[in-house]
Amino acid sequence: MEPLTLRYTVDGDSFTTAGEASTDMKRSLKRIGADADLIRRASICMYEGEINMVIHGGGGQASVTFDGQKMEIVLTDRGKGIPDIEAAMREGFSTATQEVRDLGFGAGMGLPNMKRYADEMVVESKVGAGTTVRMVLYDDPQRNA
Amino acid sequence: MTVSQLADALNLEALCGSAETMDAAVAGGYCGDLLSWVMGRAPEGAAWLTIMSNPNVAAVASLGSLSCVILTEGVRPDTQLLQRMISEDIPLLRSGEETFKLAGKIYKLLYA
Repeated sequence: MEPLTLRYTVDGDSFTTAGEASTDMKRSLKRIGADADLIRRASICMYEGEINMVIHGGGGQASVTFDGQKMEIVLTDRGKGIPDIEAAMREGFSTATQEVRDLGFGAGMGLPNMKRYADEMVVESKVGAGTTVRMVLYDDPQRNA
Repeated sequence: MTVSQLADALNLEALCGSAETMDAAVAGGYCGDLLSWVMGRAPEGAAWLTIMSNPNVAAVASLGSLSCVILTEGVRPDTQLLQRMISEDIPLLRSGEETFKLAGKIYKLLYA
């Protein structure tokens, strides 16, 4: 399988364009013939990351590398950072505004969903400086068996 | 059961969907309006019942590999949602019925 390297800039101002990077990544993974379950998991992880960057990060950068077996997704923003990562990882914990919630986001499921669908995930954050989320996903047909 | 058969059986109004995607199998269903909740929990191929009608619904349906979106309770999509559903080629259906009642009927068709 052809290896893949993708880089995106995520616009921090627009909820309507959120998902463009995820959609492009999904299309690229389909094109090289990646496994359907891996594509779905990666798409969910990437989309949640994009939405987080719009809600909390003021936009940011996303990179994706895939060698046919191992995929690494790195999301970096220079937003306000996460004061309590442990709390942010709990389902239902949210600091999103009412405006964001009215759009159907801010349910406190972003990071938990990413952890659920990635095989490995590390969150590094500094208040006032930004957040980096690294996720690794493996093409593993046994995962859902 | 295909999306098209589901639409016919329940008299759903099809707002968009190509012949190919209307012919896709409906593999279960999911009801919800919180997008990340749906993204994390809806099974692949599910019919998604929601009253949320903003364009982000299209992204969730596409990236979550859902078979179709059904707007319930008489909700109409905003223009951007319809455009995105057309460009992503995911069937968008509509019903005047309450989510609970429609979900019950779909459950019966799929599993009873």
